[in-house]
Amino acid sequence: MSLAVALGEGGGPPPAASRPTRTRGHRPLLLPGLAYLALFFVAPVAVLLATSLYVPVPGGDVGQYQPALHGQNYVDALAKFWPQLVRSFGFALMATLAALAIGYPMAYAIAVRARGRRLLQGLLLVLVVAPFFTSFILRTIAWKQILADDSFVVAALHWLHLLPPGGRLTATPFAVVCGLTYNFLPFMVLPIYASLERLDPRMLEAGADLYASPFTTFRTVTLPLSMPGVVGGTLLTFIPASGDYVNSSLLGNNTNTSMIGQVIDARFFKVLDYPTAAALSVVLMVAILVLVGSYVRRSGTEELL
Amino acid sequence: MSTVVEPVRAAAAPRPRPARQGPRRGQRWRLGEALVPVIAGLAFLYLLVPVAYTVAFSFNDAGKSNLVWRGFTLDAWRNPCGAPQVCEAFAHSLQVGVASTVIATALGTLLAIALVRFRFRGRPLVNLLVFLPMSTPEVVLGAALLAQFLSLRVQLGFTTVVIAHVMFCISFVVVTVKARVASLDPALEEAAADLYATPWHAFWRVTFPLLLPGIAAAALLAFSLSFDDFIITNFNSGAFTTFPKFVYVSAARGIPPQANVISSFMFVLALLLVVAFQVVSSVRAGRRQRG
Repeated sequence: MSLAVALGEGGGPPPAASRPTRTRGHRPLLLPGLAYLALFFVAPVAVLLATSLYVPVPGGDVGQYQPALHGQNYVDALAKFWPQLVRSFGFALMATLAALAIGYPMAYAIAVRARGRRLLQGLLLVLVVAPFFTSFILRTIAWKQILADDSFVVAALHWLHLLPPGGRLTATPFAVVCGLTYNFLPFMVLPIYASLERLDPRMLEAGADLYASPFTTFRTVTLPLSMPGVVGGTLLTFIPASGDYVNSSLLGNNTNTSMIGQVIDARFFKVLDYPTAAALSVVLMVAILVLVGSYVRRSGTEELL
Repeated sequence: MSTVVEPVRAAAAPRPRPARQGPRRGQRWRLGEALVPVIAGLAFLYLLVPVAYTVAFSFNDAGKSNLVWRGFTLDAWRNPCGAPQVCEAFAHSLQVGVASTVIATALGTLLAIALVRFRFRGRPLVNLLVFLPMSTPEVVLGAALLAQFLSLRVQLGFTTVVIAHVMFCISFVVVTVKARVASLDPALEEAAADLYATPWHAFWRVTFPLLLPGIAAAALLAFSLSFDDFIITNFNSGAFTTFPKFVYVSAARGIPPQANVISSFMFVLALLLVVAFQVVSSVRAGRRQRG
């Protein structure tokens, strides 16, 4: 089993043979993992929530806060940083749609077109995961240099008049969205591949036998059956993209591309404004949970969870 | 999907290719079908161009900064630790990666077995708790842990980075191993129990070997997530530097070609590992087919 298949195999109910049967003896298996998640996921989120309500120590130094229930922190943080929050979701949405538009044909080519040719399939899957094996920051910096103002790409676009004089590729929202799309594309391809791979080709033949056009077969058979993969892929792309700040800080500029992750990072480390950073983190987390929850419910793939 | 019987074996066996479509229908669709390899080809190019760039610039005769191509040299490859801090950061990343992978794989595998094999109260809640870290952006996970470490006045460093990495790797391990557990027939373990194997023996002799491919895949995934993580590490590492952090921090003043060398080396190593994995699994699949 390749890494690729493994990643995509989260969705779908287990086969009937392995429905849970036993009712005793699970505690020793559960406890270590649950204790870990309680200590280092639940508790930190609770601390984050508490921190978001702190107030500065009166007369204290920068970075000194005391416990309080100051809900106004949220109002202030949102009033100041709502553009970055909206932009984060906008960029993440654009990157997700672009990754879907590119990733679905890729997954389709690997799973359906290369079906039966195991070597080719394996090779293509390796190429999909290959970028994971070079540092993603180095790859993002590579994009920055490939698209830089004095690069061959920009010169060629100028020569072809595809880019207005003085136009540039880096330090633009376009570059940030491209970077996000690039970085999370494998997370889109793998789950879709996994669900297309499980598709029984006889279903497609049945569609053709029933005089459905290939397009109708795709729309009524292939696409619905690959939905768990599409939902999984869009989540695995959208969630990390909305919180990312590596792409926006390396490929963007500071005026109209900064995303919420950059703000949280800067509030934490540069300004030592922990309550605002915490409040923005809570807002980001809750917003994503609400979006993801309603999306999963609407697409009817709750068993994915 | 419940309609597909035995997805694992079905995936291993070569399937008949669907019949070619006749010319009578769907001209436009055939255009679309013809475009699939073109789009996929371009997408692969898009995926791999920065990788090729990174590898190529490991051979650059870079001066202070590795920004422009100045000629081919093997200098950086001959002396991969030639730049200050680069090998130290790399070693840190390996240590963190191995420690986090071992812990996360152990904890996650146990959770996965419990979730698939046992029926207990609160199972949906446990599923939710496993799902939540995956559906929380890294920046929030990083900020939350940092808030906790700050409030407990914990010194940031190697330990806090490992704690953070294990936390976000567990969920991915659970998801990966769960799929493998779900594809195993529980009758195998029951048979072991019928033959008077203790649960301990049944696990190590029957369940564990059968789960091994899933566990190995999960460990590989956990390692690659940990090794390449930047955002959570940046929040929880203090002065401790990992490889991605080193690259990010030195981006401002110029990344030494040695960073490209290390990255290219890891790339080739991982590629060989995955190809070996693929070959072994396809050889096994072939053997199984022949009986």
